Amino acid sequence: MTKRAVIPDPVLDIEQIRKDFPLLQTPVYGKPLVYLDNAATTQKPQVVLESLYNYYTRYNSNVHRGVHFLSQQATEAYEQARKKVAGFINARHEHEIIFTKGTTNSINLVASSFGKKFLQPGDEVLISAMEHHSNIVPWQMICEERGAALKVIPINEQGELRMEAFDELLTGKVKIVAVTYISNSLGTVNPIAEIINKAHAAGIPVLIDGAQAIQHVPIDVRELDADFFAFSGHKIYGPTGVGILYGKEEWLNEMPPYEGGGDMIKNVTFAKTTYNELPFKFEAGTPDIAGGIVLGTALDYVQQIGITAIRRAEEELIQYAYNRLSAISSLRFIGDAGHRSGAISFLVGDIHPFDMGEILDKQSIAVRTGHHCTQPVMDFFNIPGTVRASFAFYNTRSEVDLLVEGIEKAKRMLM
Amino acid sequence: MTIKEQQDAIIEDFSFFTDWTEKYEYIIQLGKDLPLIEEQYKRDENLIKGCQSRVWLHAEYKDGKIYFTADSDAVITKGLVSMVVRVLSGQSPKDIAEADLYFVDAIGLKSHLSPTRSNGLLAMLKQMKMYGMALKSREL
Repeated sequence: MTKRAVIPDPVLDIEQIRKDFPLLQTPVYGKPLVYLDNAATTQKPQVVLESLYNYYTRYNSNVHRGVHFLSQQATEAYEQARKKVAGFINARHEHEIIFTKGTTNSINLVASSFGKKFLQPGDEVLISAMEHHSNIVPWQMICEERGAALKVIPINEQGELRMEAFDELLTGKVKIVAVTYISNSLGTVNPIAEIINKAHAAGIPVLIDGAQAIQHVPIDVRELDADFFAFSGHKIYGPTGVGILYGKEEWLNEMPPYEGGGDMIKNVTFAKTTYNELPFKFEAGTPDIAGGIVLGTALDYVQQIGITAIRRAEEELIQYAYNRLSAISSLRFIGDAGHRSGAISFLVGDIHPFDMGEILDKQSIAVRTGHHCTQPVMDFFNIPGTVRASFAFYNTRSEVDLLVEGIEKAKRMLM
Repeated sequence: MTIKEQQDAIIEDFSFFTDWTEKYEYIIQLGKDLPLIEEQYKRDENLIKGCQSRVWLHAEYKDGKIYFTADSDAVITKGLVSMVVRVLSGQSPKDIAEADLYFVDAIGLKSHLSPTRSNGLLAMLKQMKMYGMALKSREL
């Protein structure tokens, strides 16, 4: 299938790239910011900010309704963005791209609509032990409503899925599998191609939570053969408040609408409403028009740099970070998967992650501490939380060095 | 000492520090020194759930005064907890209920009392004031 070029990736000029991001130039506590909380949200390049400004200053208007000039311009830009998203993940059809509020909203949409149509008492939904709460709770809610059961693929001490257990759990009762591509709290890259193949062999569709994957690895939903793929704009250098649900046409057509309102209807009478076609059936109300358009700009930016070049730069940086962190005495990694991307979680001695985060913050180093919305993972490792450093392609080795120095200083103060 | 005098003493302690490292080292030391809450009081009904660090608070009412002991699993939070305990413990319910804790802001740690900080400190303070209000009304 691949249309991707075989020419070698250019080596990224990170110092030049950093100039694209105004916030990376902004000091914190009077010192240069070391931003290592990219799994929470990424910083935005200037082109993205300009795109937002342009929308509101030049063609702000509601979409899909007006006959007037601005409305047509806005509609065209919005639909153009949908096309860009489809191209970015290699969807077969543009109408398989649903604009949502974000990954959470995308998963809730599928859980609710798919569940109402396909889940019966006694059925099962299969997720994994490393899911973000947003890929747990929506399924719990619909399972409760439909009398179905939620089953969980366990993880091992390295923070990897126990695939032999997956094979056993994949019974005829399972109606859908929902797993994350990359763990937000452990950085584990899951074998989703294998999961999808096995599930499909049993006739079961698969939803992939791509929130921590879309910005790090090339995504080709057709090659993966994913039935649903969810991600957020703000994790890939775009704005907050907008996200994507990719769904195969055949599933989306079968599913009832998620929300009712404007734009999702064909005809409304008090007796009966007929629903609009894809993708509008799932897009009730005025969408985040600016967000959608600007997400398109962000994807353009990423494509211009090249997602494979980004992946290579990030893999090298993470390896460097892993090696440097490994050398810190009494530091232990939480999750030590053979295949990792994006994030490194760790604890140092008996230092509470909150204390470590605070001392790093005072040194202008932004990391995330806590349970990262994956409480079952923390329970599995029997810890209150972790310190998580998460990387983007704009991070540098010298920032990793500052992190290491920062941790050493925190150790001196706290241990 | 009154609540005001306790606060002013803390502010004076902090005035000697020239940078954040010294300030935090002092708070960490306070955290390490805080007498631990007795194990029997470190139970769930005394747990004040912050999002990230946990705080336990125990209150005893004796001779018209409320005495607090507290603990946290994070040492910086524990240091802050110890300062709040120092200021409010042994005071009358009325004074606790009406206390204005200006010292946190004055020593540059205002952000620790913001609702988004999720370290349990603000929740602990609210709980202390509730003890104050409840016992004040009992006295009337």
